[in-house]
Amino acid sequence: MTALGLHRFQFAFTLTYHYLFPQLTMGLALVLVVLKLLARRRRDEDYDIAARFWTKLLGVAFVMGVVTGIPMEFQFGTNWARFSRIAGGVIGQTLAMEGVFAFFLESSVLYLVLFQEQKLGPRRHLLATIALCTGTWLSGFFITCTNAFMQHPQGFVIDPSGVIHLESFSALLLNPWAWIEYSHTMIGATITGSFTVAATAAFYILQDRDLVVAKKMLGAAVVIGTIAACCAAFPTGDQQAKLVLAHQPETFAAMEGHFHTEIGAGMTLIGQPNVEALRIDNPIRIPYMLSFLTHQRWNTEIKGLTEFPRERWPDNIPLLYYAYHVMAGLGSLFIGLMALSSFLLYRGTLGHSRGVLWLIMLAFPLPFVANTAGWMTAELGRQPWLVRDILRTSAGSSDQVGPGSTLFSIIGFMGLYAMLSVLFFMIVTQQLRRGLSAKEHA
Amino acid sequence: MPAVWFWLLALLLGAYAVLDGFDFGVGMLHFVVAKTRTERDTLLRSIGPVWDGNEVYLVAAGGTLFGAFPLLYATAFSGFYLPLMIVLWLLLFRSLGIELRHHIDNPLWHHLWDVAFSVSSALLTLFFGAALGNLVRGLPLNEKGEFFEPLWTDFRVGDVTGILDWYTLLVGITAATALALHGALWLVYKTDGDVCDRSRNVVTRLWPALVLLTLATTLASGAVQPQLTRNITRYPLGAVCPLVALAGLAGMRAFLHSSPKRAFLASGAFVLGLIASAAFAIFPNALPARIAGRQLSIVDAAAQSSTLAGMLCWWLPGMLLASAYSYFIYARMPKTFTTGGDEH
Repeated sequence: MTALGLHRFQFAFTLTYHYLFPQLTMGLALVLVVLKLLARRRRDEDYDIAARFWTKLLGVAFVMGVVTGIPMEFQFGTNWARFSRIAGGVIGQTLAMEGVFAFFLESSVLYLVLFQEQKLGPRRHLLATIALCTGTWLSGFFITCTNAFMQHPQGFVIDPSGVIHLESFSALLLNPWAWIEYSHTMIGATITGSFTVAATAAFYILQDRDLVVAKKMLGAAVVIGTIAACCAAFPTGDQQAKLVLAHQPETFAAMEGHFHTEIGAGMTLIGQPNVEALRIDNPIRIPYMLSFLTHQRWNTEIKGLTEFPRERWPDNIPLLYYAYHVMAGLGSLFIGLMALSSFLLYRGTLGHSRGVLWLIMLAFPLPFVANTAGWMTAELGRQPWLVRDILRTSAGSSDQVGPGSTLFSIIGFMGLYAMLSVLFFMIVTQQLRRGLSAKEHA
Repeated sequence: MPAVWFWLLALLLGAYAVLDGFDFGVGMLHFVVAKTRTERDTLLRSIGPVWDGNEVYLVAAGGTLFGAFPLLYATAFSGFYLPLMIVLWLLLFRSLGIELRHHIDNPLWHHLWDVAFSVSSALLTLFFGAALGNLVRGLPLNEKGEFFEPLWTDFRVGDVTGILDWYTLLVGITAATALALHGALWLVYKTDGDVCDRSRNVVTRLWPALVLLTLATTLASGAVQPQLTRNITRYPLGAVCPLVALAGLAGMRAFLHSSPKRAFLASGAFVLGLIASAAFAIFPNALPARIAGRQLSIVDAAAQSSTLAGMLCWWLPGMLLASAYSYFIYARMPKTFTTGGDEH
């Protein structure tokens, strides 16, 4: 692999691993707030028991997110020095805002949420939980805002030496790309959080353990999951796709696997992109669907990838295509599963439908896959640019850091993250074994 | 405007060193002053509510550095590639040591994380001190104003320097000693019984060593970085920085028995004074160079002044809010952590 390839691989690897945890903490924090609100509204201790169980796991996921997150901030400087030099005056702002506005809040209230429930009393503990949720969601906003600038830069000027200067703080923070991408991302995190809670509840119900608490937990998670799964497709996913079509048309064509301009374009569901021959092999298509979904009319024209100059094509079209299709396919699956579960919940039979409970339990890893695939779509789709239309990825890495040093850190991170995974699973399985209503013991 | 941000950043880094510094110190002394499992629990409980918040000052300083001095951020972080990666890994072990220990009730598990916590704390202070030493000594910047430093070369302060040489090691050891004392004074202030007595003993024994090390570091810094003496004659007011450090050094010993709180605050002043003195020694450069003329000045490293002004508008209120959170958490902490007690 080239020096550039190694820098890209390191960032992609550490970021992919890192984001497994924040999507869980942001999603769980929201579920936690809902559970605690239900406990108060219905005066039902069972919801508090469920909330306590998830608070402990939230704490572990949070630590994992922090220890894998600090490297992300550092790597802008260590591995992407030329990018930081050129764009640091802009993206440094949002990254600094995350530290100042989100991390101080989170780190201060986390301890209160984890260890001070008794001392604070129910009302103030609820407030602390809401503050924690707000902190994690603010953090998500500033990071998405940073990414949005790279996807769709606005509010800047470029000086003669090529350095990007920030011209307008409001244009940076009110970037339409940021708000749509943020909504879609947070909905994705909510799916991860609610599916994890639902899967755990199903795990206990199927074993006849802690039935009362588990069923209430399942009900809350299924309702949240249903709303989130629908919002992921419409309006947030739909809006995001329209943004990509409007501002990154070659990316849109590549992720759909749409090589040639067509009137009344079909949508490819399955098939393997063959970039040499510029076609999809073994395709299964819904005719006219792509035109309809993008313009709400059957006979509109959709530009194919071949309309655009090659040097503007994303550099890994097959992976981009698969990432997008995995995300969209899983998203559809989530809507189906949650619709079915909601229907059974409404009829009051979800708790006995073992088949559906099995499905819910086994579905727990899928939102992690879908969120990862979604971010891969965004980031591979941004290629070959670091900052769209301004700075190419190949011109952004640290030229002082040689491949030997990069490989050293990649190997180190891989080893450490393998260890982290083992530790995380040890702690989670132990927590699962203790059960929902286990007495506080730490 | 760039100078304002330079000193704000120095203040933020100083706050980080003072705050996270004492929990690093506690980490280094984990096996020295706490002999039993319950005593080690006490040590961890005494930093439990605040250590994570303290570490956020590092993340905030990193972000602020990025936003205000993008060129400095890019040059320094890629130049210090290897030590920074190692620092990241050590920070990871330290956080895990503190947070995972209480999840599984098994003596081996506890011992594992006790060692991880203690060793990573000690190594981190050494690395942070050496990093500070590198800044003061100057960096091997090339004609493009960039550098990449190996971990070590021949340990001499020549033209081809590594991260570690005799001077940066000296600063590293001074930093480790200073923070060990700082941590010990926190424990004198916040614990009672055997842990408190042993910590007081540590202070009594280490204090003379710290005095000698500070003296040696000051003399060596003057020899290695000529800008220091130039700055003293040009801005005599800057002598306040080392004087604060000196007062802190005297104060931590003087108040040790009469007022543990004041002694702790004095050692905080010492740490802050050291960071400020280092900043004063390199001012008006952001990165001094080993070869004259190649240095990166604060003005050149800074973002454009309209950005810096806009940044000040959100940064100051944001940091005030952040300090309010920190104050709130510190004010809620119990006065003393008793071994065997449960002050969660």
